[in-house]
Amino acid sequence: MSSIIHGAGAATTTLSTFNSVDSKKLFVVPSRTNLSVRSQRYIVAGSDASKKNFGSGLRVRHSQKLIPNAVATKEADTSASTGHELLLFEALQEGLEEEMDRDPHVCVMGEDVGHYGGSYKVTKGLADKFGDLRVLDTPICENAFTGMGIGAAMTGLRPVIEGMNMGFLLLAFNQISNNCGMLHYTSGGQFTIPVVIRGPGGVGRQLGAEHSQRLESYFQSIPGIQMVACSTPYNAKGLMKAAIRSENPVILFEHVLLYNLKEKIPDEDYICNLEEAEMVRPGEHITILTYSRMRYHVMQAAKTLVNKGYDPEVIDIRSLKPFDLHTIGNSVKKTHRVLIVEECMRTGGIGASLTAAINENFHDYLDAPVMCLSSQDVPTPYAGTLEEWTVVQPAQIVTAVEQLCQ
Amino acid sequence: MALSRLTSRSNIITRPFSAAFSRLLSTDTTPITIETSLPFTAHLCDPPSRSVESSSQELLDFFRTMALMRRMEIAADSLYKAKLIRGFCHLYDGQEAVAIGMEAAITKKDAIITAYRDHCIFLGRGGSLHEIFSELMGRQAGCSKGKGGSMHFYKKESSFYGGHGIVGAQVPLGCGIAFAQKYNKEEAVTFALYGDGAANQGQLFEALNISALWDLPAILVCENNHYGMGTAEWRASKSPSYYKRGDYVPGLKVDGMDAFAVKQACKFAKQHALEKGPIILEMDTYRYHGHSMSDPGSTYRTRDEISGVRQERDPIERIKKLVLSHDLATEKELKDMEKEIRKEVDDAIAKAKDCPMPEPSELFTNVYVKGFGTESFGPDRKEVKASLP
Repeated sequence: MSSIIHGAGAATTTLSTFNSVDSKKLFVVPSRTNLSVRSQRYIVAGSDASKKNFGSGLRVRHSQKLIPNAVATKEADTSASTGHELLLFEALQEGLEEEMDRDPHVCVMGEDVGHYGGSYKVTKGLADKFGDLRVLDTPICENAFTGMGIGAAMTGLRPVIEGMNMGFLLLAFNQISNNCGMLHYTSGGQFTIPVVIRGPGGVGRQLGAEHSQRLESYFQSIPGIQMVACSTPYNAKGLMKAAIRSENPVILFEHVLLYNLKEKIPDEDYICNLEEAEMVRPGEHITILTYSRMRYHVMQAAKTLVNKGYDPEVIDIRSLKPFDLHTIGNSVKKTHRVLIVEECMRTGGIGASLTAAINENFHDYLDAPVMCLSSQDVPTPYAGTLEEWTVVQPAQIVTAVEQLCQ
Repeated sequence: MALSRLTSRSNIITRPFSAAFSRLLSTDTTPITIETSLPFTAHLCDPPSRSVESSSQELLDFFRTMALMRRMEIAADSLYKAKLIRGFCHLYDGQEAVAIGMEAAITKKDAIITAYRDHCIFLGRGGSLHEIFSELMGRQAGCSKGKGGSMHFYKKESSFYGGHGIVGAQVPLGCGIAFAQKYNKEEAVTFALYGDGAANQGQLFEALNISALWDLPAILVCENNHYGMGTAEWRASKSPSYYKRGDYVPGLKVDGMDAFAVKQACKFAKQHALEKGPIILEMDTYRYHGHSMSDPGSTYRTRDEISGVRQERDPIERIKKLVLSHDLATEKELKDMEKEIRKEVDDAIAKAKDCPMPEPSELFTNVYVKGFGTESFGPDRKEVKASLP
């Protein structure tokens, strides 16, 4: 397998250090948007020799000038090699298809994934290509087919289990918690469970309370699983591939409203590190930690903030379990202020855990208390106006940053 | 007969000699045909015949292994009362015939998955007494390194998938294993065992539906010991004919206290599953102990009932009678065998008691495959954050 590290001009030397990551299998590919910014505008620090660089935790020695643009340059620039443009669900499908081609043990199971093509078209065309035994249409029994996927994984298969909506996986909670998460431990290491459990979640467009659930907060305590959330076509494909190749059970959270995002992604084979956060926009004044759809709300707020003279550093944490405390820590040490923007509920959500982790580890570096903006602790209402206010809006983010940066 | 002359001589001769004598006998593979005690009751299929092919070697093997299982469970009982085994301990004595008969009908490539009453099935799959007692006492040498306990025995090499605490959750897992066997085109089947209490779980029917749809080589075996912890069968299930519960899936009701009936049924089921898809077996069996060690077992059933079953249907007694009636060994030899077994079990317990507890660092191993996340590093990726007092 040859994964090519994506490089651009002057940044290639620094990139070679990225090859020295712990795992032999995973090649780290830092965010491309980040790179193009680097090569054009800044001196890339050769890195302080004492510290290791991991992917997006790039050390940048800033010039005094702040970044005038809210968002990094888009993909359509000349330094990028030819890629192809596609939508997020197509990126997921591409990642899945490539992994199924590469390893005959990978199979997909879920409701309407085969002949129907998947309710969000993520598995479109796969049944025709791979047949009914590899792309399995299950009846509506989440508990049973999740259990079957886990049982199959115990023997060495690598199923990708799809919940048509993440909320439906609550029916399979016992299998995910007790069997998926714990079997590796209780068997003393005899069995590995290399499953990927994926599905769309999050608040959509007036889908109603039961179809707008955010399960990351419910699953986060389960020992033995990894959780990742994708947000762009680039990291969707990379995370899908990495999740399938990982020996641990991985839950991949997608978002209903992000499936039609368009981006240009590289032609060559690449994967994203499952345990790493992504630097979306480097900055100086405040660290904003976010994931999934809220990334876009944050970037929208960032436009307003830049106009007002603030320089937010935006990090897409991507890895919900375990947290990439290295990247987050470096950022906190630089900016000393943290705002967490998430779509989870306030009570017991990802933000709550992240706040605790940051307070425990980086308390000395904080100039202000960690602030966490989350969805309201209510079932998502149907009415459009009410639904809008259940989740965090860009205006709230701007107000919060202003408050923290006083 | 030469046999009786030799046996009279063996009374005076020292023990090792008589042991050697019985060992000579047990390598005899002359076929013996045995009739099962009861006919099979079938649902949507033709029941197999009541005549089972066996051999004297197999008969003595059955006796020996079942006596070992019985002795092991009784020893576990004493260990629990001595507080060396903690938590939950679910004992299998009375049901040994199911474990033994199943093992005799299948190979190590066929998978077995069961619930928490798994000590004897683990033994049947090739587990050693040392591993069992070490795991029960939470020692390092246990089959799950001391981290699983009574309810989490696994043996990957012999396709024994455990060992599960949550009632009924192992059945979808079992159907998944059957799916993998079909996917990999192995000519093997999976036996997913569950109890009469678990038979009311919805996930069983879900899994059965999928297995029947996709023609998976899954055999669902209901070990019906007539009590779901403290609730009798008639109070929990509207329809106590668990072998018929599959509806469109064929079923077979078997006398679970007769090892040969179990063997015949499992052979039949394996063939059926490989050719036609899933089948349900109901083993009519009985447990002498309560549900677990914290349950005396007498509040919901009478002592007369328990002793009645022990007198009339005990699986080991049945084999003993067969052995004696076929003149394969004498009473004394069988008694000697039991003494040997007792000593073997006691030795294993002593050895397990000497075993060390797991290292503290074992708390964090095997959570993730890379060990990442828990032996994990602090924010600067240098110091190990997780430390024990």
